[in-house]
Amino acid sequence: MPSDHASGFAPWEDADATPLISFDGVTKQFGSFTAIDNIDLQIYPKEFFALLGPSGCGKTTLMRMLGGFEDVTEGTITIDGQNMAGIPANKRAVNMMFQSYALFPHLSVADNIAFGLKRSDMPKSEIQGRVDEMLRLVQLQKFARRKPHQISGGQRQRVALARALAKAPKLLLLDEPLGALDKKLRQETQFELMDIQEKTGTTFVIVTHDQEEAMTVASRIAVMDNGLLKQVDTPDRVYESPNSVYVADFIGDVNIITGTASEVLENTQLIWAEGATPITGMTGSRVVQGEPASFVIRPEKVSISKDEPQAANKVQGKVIDIAYLGNMSTYHVALANGVIVKSQTANNRRIARRDITWEDPVWLSWTDTAGLVLRD
Amino acid sequence: MRRLLISIPYLWLLILFLVPFGIVLKIALSDVALSIPPYTPQLDLSDGWTGFRAFWAELDLENFWFLTEDDLYWKAYLSSLKIALIATFLTLLVGFPIAYGMANAPNHWRPTLMLLIILPFWTSFLIRVYAWIGILSNEGFLNQFLIWTGILAEPAKILNTDIAVYIGIVYTYLPFMVLPIYATLEKLDGTLLEAAEDLGCTRIQAFWSVTAPLSKPGIIAGCFLVFIPALGEFVIPSLLGGSDTLMIGKVLWEEFFSNRDWPVASAVAVILLLILVVPIILFQRNEQKQREAEQ
Repeated sequence: MPSDHASGFAPWEDADATPLISFDGVTKQFGSFTAIDNIDLQIYPKEFFALLGPSGCGKTTLMRMLGGFEDVTEGTITIDGQNMAGIPANKRAVNMMFQSYALFPHLSVADNIAFGLKRSDMPKSEIQGRVDEMLRLVQLQKFARRKPHQISGGQRQRVALARALAKAPKLLLLDEPLGALDKKLRQETQFELMDIQEKTGTTFVIVTHDQEEAMTVASRIAVMDNGLLKQVDTPDRVYESPNSVYVADFIGDVNIITGTASEVLENTQLIWAEGATPITGMTGSRVVQGEPASFVIRPEKVSISKDEPQAANKVQGKVIDIAYLGNMSTYHVALANGVIVKSQTANNRRIARRDITWEDPVWLSWTDTAGLVLRD
Repeated sequence: MRRLLISIPYLWLLILFLVPFGIVLKIALSDVALSIPPYTPQLDLSDGWTGFRAFWAELDLENFWFLTEDDLYWKAYLSSLKIALIATFLTLLVGFPIAYGMANAPNHWRPTLMLLIILPFWTSFLIRVYAWIGILSNEGFLNQFLIWTGILAEPAKILNTDIAVYIGIVYTYLPFMVLPIYATLEKLDGTLLEAAEDLGCTRIQAFWSVTAPLSKPGIIAGCFLVFIPALGEFVIPSLLGGSDTLMIGKVLWEEFFSNRDWPVASAVAVILLLILVVPIILFQRNEQKQREAEQ
């Protein structure tokens, strides 16, 4: 898995590594609307890079600029050492897998895959072999003669992938590649995508609004908002050490408690309610003593118990809601000042054996390093 | 109730197509005569069954044989086919760019452009063809303009030639070409062209390998809609064409009204219809295939 740190794949930490793609001060404007706002970003060879954000955040525009479908208003994009300004889509060693797949309806599966090869300098005799190789890669040998409307959605998705990979591009762009598939198929396909990415050694840049998908497939994730890169980091760091409340809130579920930072050291004390013991969390970026700050903690890092626990941080509250998800339950607990904190626990006992129920007074607790104190 | 609804188009077909066709066929099998109506035999049911048998016995295929003996007729058929084919091709050449431009125009312009295409239908077809006489004649606007700009020294003879017939057909049937092509081009998914470019096509290659094949159903429909009426066209060749413009529609008219030979004229009409049945069936199959592809 590319995101596995044990494999040691982390060229972004290596000062000597040469990036495949480099954005330098890139801005894109549509009329008076700024879609991309002065972005600097490096993407390295063999990365599986995810652009993640809500719709309208500029992620698709960023990808279309790489593909050559939009020009840059300001700044430069470099791919493999070459400035991309003025180079049209058909002259770039970049291929794209479109969200709608954009398969040619009048051509068979095999002809769709061969489409790009026929317009490259590949000799005619080699094209058939390459098409067969791609069909094998996506396991569609049997469907080579079918037209796109004669195969299922999942198969179409694989044809689109095979077609985009056929020319062995340096860079493959994937625009919401799994958006049209149902959940189960999507999860299977995510692993297939990673597998294919590893086999072919191609750099993948994927655009998605699905954070789970980004977490699963990507070596690094760029979280975008309003044309800005909010954080570019590995999935675990984006999840565990978000640099802003926006990122913490966008990725996964989170509890946010607002207050004032009091003692800013390695850990920060957050005064959050009058008379209550301050909350301790790890100091995040840009926290200033005496200024407003937010404490963020993931629900699964908050323990819930009926008896007072031995813990660095503990608060008392009342269960107001329980969301039963099968493998786990989320307890919504209202604190004395009305703040609601969620606690998530794995259901490793059968439902009848659990002792916490609605209206129960409970204790919530967490360690000093479980949460983060962030500015804004 | 449902049967009644279904029967309406069949009734329509029966009254307005099959019955008239039966009458024309009957006349085609008759002989010319100096009488009113100018053919014989007439069906006289007062004699009962024997009268009908006598009537039946007099019908023959003589007029159809006559069509094969005089080379005027098959030359007229061939010439009509040629003119209709060339005119259809010319209409496609003019119509496709118009449809393409409409399909790629900004959304808010499209209804206006569509209106401009349909607008000529608001004036009588005959008046519009007469207007072309004014434009194409030796003293017409076109010649005056060409002489004024210095391109021509002498007026060129355009009216009463085949060129005028082509201009007339292209002008008249252009909307029938533009509208079906526009309908297919408008549905074309723009990302297909981006995909083609992404895979290495230039704009022009993308047009030939994606846009052109995908607009084929519209092109075929448009060509048939122009070709079928152009084949039997009478008004345009008789008003704009010369005396040597040979089209079957004109021959048909002359047989009916100049020669008053209704039986031969009817035979010409029956053969014309049989020739037209082939492209009409092909057209229907194209439409059927397109409907199936869309499902």
